[in-house]
Amino acid sequence: METLWFYLVAAMVAVYVVLDGFDLGTGALHLFIARTDPERRTVLQSIGPVWDGNEVWLLAGGGAMVLAFPRLYASGFSGFYLPLMMVLWLLILRAISIEFRSHLKSPIWRPIWDVVFSVSSLLLTIFLGAALGNVVRGVPLGEDGYFFAPLWTSFRPTGSDLGILDWYTLTVGLASFLALTYHGAMWVILKTEGEIRERAKRAARWTWPPLLLFVALVTFSTFLVQPQVAERMNGTPVAYLLPLVALGGILSSRRFMAGGRELASFLGSAAFLVFMLMSVVFGLYPMVLPAAGDPAASLTVFNAAGPPYALRVALFWWIPGMILVVGYTTFIYRQMAGKVELDTDGY
Amino acid sequence: MDPALFFHRFHFAFTISFHYLFPQFTMGMGLLIVILKTKALRTGDERFEKAARFWGKIFGLAFAMGVVTGIPMEFQFGTNWARFSEATGGVIGQTLAMEGVFAFFLESSFLGLFLFGHKRLSPRMHWFSAFAVFAGSWISGFFIVATNAFMQHPVGYEIQPDGMLALTSYWSLLLNPWLLWQYLHTMTGAVVTGSFVMAGIGAYYLLLGQRTDASPEARLHAEYGKVFVKLGVLVGLPASVLVAFPTGDMQAVNVAEHQPAAFASMEGLFDTEEGAPLVLIGQPDMENMRLDNPIEVPRILSFLTYRRFDAEVVGLKDIPRDQWPDNVPLHYYAYHIMVGLGTLFIGTMLLAAWLLLRRKLFRSRAMLWALMFAAPFPFIANTTGWMTAELGRQPWLVYGVLRTEDGYSATVSAGNAIFSLLGFMGLYLLLGILFLFLAAREVGHGPGGHGTSPHDSERGDGGSEGGGAGGLPHTDIPSAFNEGR
Repeated sequence: METLWFYLVAAMVAVYVVLDGFDLGTGALHLFIARTDPERRTVLQSIGPVWDGNEVWLLAGGGAMVLAFPRLYASGFSGFYLPLMMVLWLLILRAISIEFRSHLKSPIWRPIWDVVFSVSSLLLTIFLGAALGNVVRGVPLGEDGYFFAPLWTSFRPTGSDLGILDWYTLTVGLASFLALTYHGAMWVILKTEGEIRERAKRAARWTWPPLLLFVALVTFSTFLVQPQVAERMNGTPVAYLLPLVALGGILSSRRFMAGGRELASFLGSAAFLVFMLMSVVFGLYPMVLPAAGDPAASLTVFNAAGPPYALRVALFWWIPGMILVVGYTTFIYRQMAGKVELDTDGY
Repeated sequence: MDPALFFHRFHFAFTISFHYLFPQFTMGMGLLIVILKTKALRTGDERFEKAARFWGKIFGLAFAMGVVTGIPMEFQFGTNWARFSEATGGVIGQTLAMEGVFAFFLESSFLGLFLFGHKRLSPRMHWFSAFAVFAGSWISGFFIVATNAFMQHPVGYEIQPDGMLALTSYWSLLLNPWLLWQYLHTMTGAVVTGSFVMAGIGAYYLLLGQRTDASPEARLHAEYGKVFVKLGVLVGLPASVLVAFPTGDMQAVNVAEHQPAAFASMEGLFDTEEGAPLVLIGQPDMENMRLDNPIEVPRILSFLTYRRFDAEVVGLKDIPRDQWPDNVPLHYYAYHIMVGLGTLFIGTMLLAAWLLLRRKLFRSRAMLWALMFAAPFPFIANTTGWMTAELGRQPWLVYGVLRTEDGYSATVSAGNAIFSLLGFMGLYLLLGILFLFLAAREVGHGPGGHGTSPHDSERGDGGSEGGGAGGLPHTDIPSAFNEGR
């Protein structure tokens, strides 16, 4: 039961990364790919009706975490106190820049919000990656299952003074920035035409080579900082298919883009994100928050899980509820399928 | 008080108080917009459609504020109240997760369609998206109040050997006797808020449009003002009554039964009395344990609580001090401000409804001024109402089970809490100013005109703009709004 919920929560996070990933990436590219006001409104309208719903996957994932793994939620959220507060501020600034921008037609007002939107999106892509890096590397959990990590320490690859930002988590953060920016470019190519689309293609061509480099770096350093991943993978060699499929996704995405197959290239990039995450999730299981230095003190799906009755009864509403959500989310994406036609009413 | 405990409490109190202003408005306004959309669909009258779209813009702004200030609330259970989350996650994880699955997805998915889809969607589909946003926000309110109801009156749980709480009955949690009345009380409060704002803005348009020097545009807006005032009063009157009777009344009975210390504190009752009086005004004097300068109505408190004039009500002096709410005067004032305002709301709405019935409301300048000035007060009543619930629950996080001092994050120091508290204060100050600025602009543009808002003027040519702004007041005003002309 705990294992089932572990994969359910992981699935929600994966959906979050794919969906909010493209609108965060779009935001990070915003200033670069859209120069004039109509262009910027086109970009905003491409994510306008969906970004809010995408972000809910994070909230709903958080809610499911309280339900299924209350100790993980308590320990992780309090331990990552400072970075989470900053993530909150960035989420707030990003959301209001999308909402407030359109209310005033002024050449001073709108560029302010464009910059806020783009910078907050960009920082969020790095922070989310760094968060993942922290969870993979582990944190200095105490005996009571709590910790408090400093924002940064030395950035040196040696030594045990872990920081929330250190060489490893920053590497993951930059990889995440590149991956989501590429993913966002795929979305913009899919949703727009003309000049914006050309610039998005250029951005994708530029980010792709460093993305591959960083994926290699992250993979290598992950095996270094978290030995459990290699152990799990070697124990079940078929699991090596997961990162291979991810690699296939990103390689094919680039080819599809060159061939002009927009939807396929977007899905390839999505597959890359999902299978990269699945590799990590599989590699960490049963740990949900490794204790750095002392694996025995780690929070696992078993010692962090909520009471069995709560997990069991929740399945009865969670499954029908999520089927409903997937149903109308699909409906909404179909409603707005196709290229954005600049609408005077939206953003 | 331990500084860490103090700042974690202040952190939560500040962020929740600011957040709570917005959902109370949008949950009420959501209902009113659905009513407007329904009338538009039924009558085919474009005016209702435009009225709905006007409120949709302000609703959209407020909704965004509610969402962005709501996300930190869900985070703070973990960041600032980790020991509370760890101990109770096995119970309230249900309601928090259900809110995500059943409410957040619904409202956020359909909000985009509602705000920007009125051209792309069929009228029915657009009506449905408005309804889905409304329903989502009310479901969201339900699960949050369900979570709070568990903290106020824990049911359906057991304490495990390791001290953690475990859910034992899903249905007890959702059918918590505390939940029903608290939810209805909160929701009717939301409807009061939405109605007073709608009526207040409507009154503003009427006062402007009825001036002899009013521009044609102002006269046009005044026609919408009639729609707003009328709907605001027709919905606001029943809501103002329901928020007091039976929902507020039953809520107080629940408090008296299950939280006697909170009840004595909010009523300002120090001595146990048979035939206890209802205190209208007075200042709690905690040194001498009495109420200064009291104005009281004899025996009424006993009657309201137990339906008997000579029933005994327990006073604070007969309750151990470690059970008392830790800020009795603030709790007492919060409650009395809420009740006082609630009484004024009923009076205001009764008077307005009476004038409406006699077809004098739209010409009664005094009443319109009163409605306009009344608009902000439901927000104060909401805030003080929430304070009554939360201060009354102290010193407990989960009443009788987990004390507040045992719930905050022990690993997060006071200094770190102050850091983020200051960050939120600065950010929310900025948000508040921007919100008021943009909402005031939308009110300034008004509901009626063509080309009066920047959205519309972007409609390509901009050529028809001058004509739109100066457009004559339409003559085919629906007869329903004509009384009093």
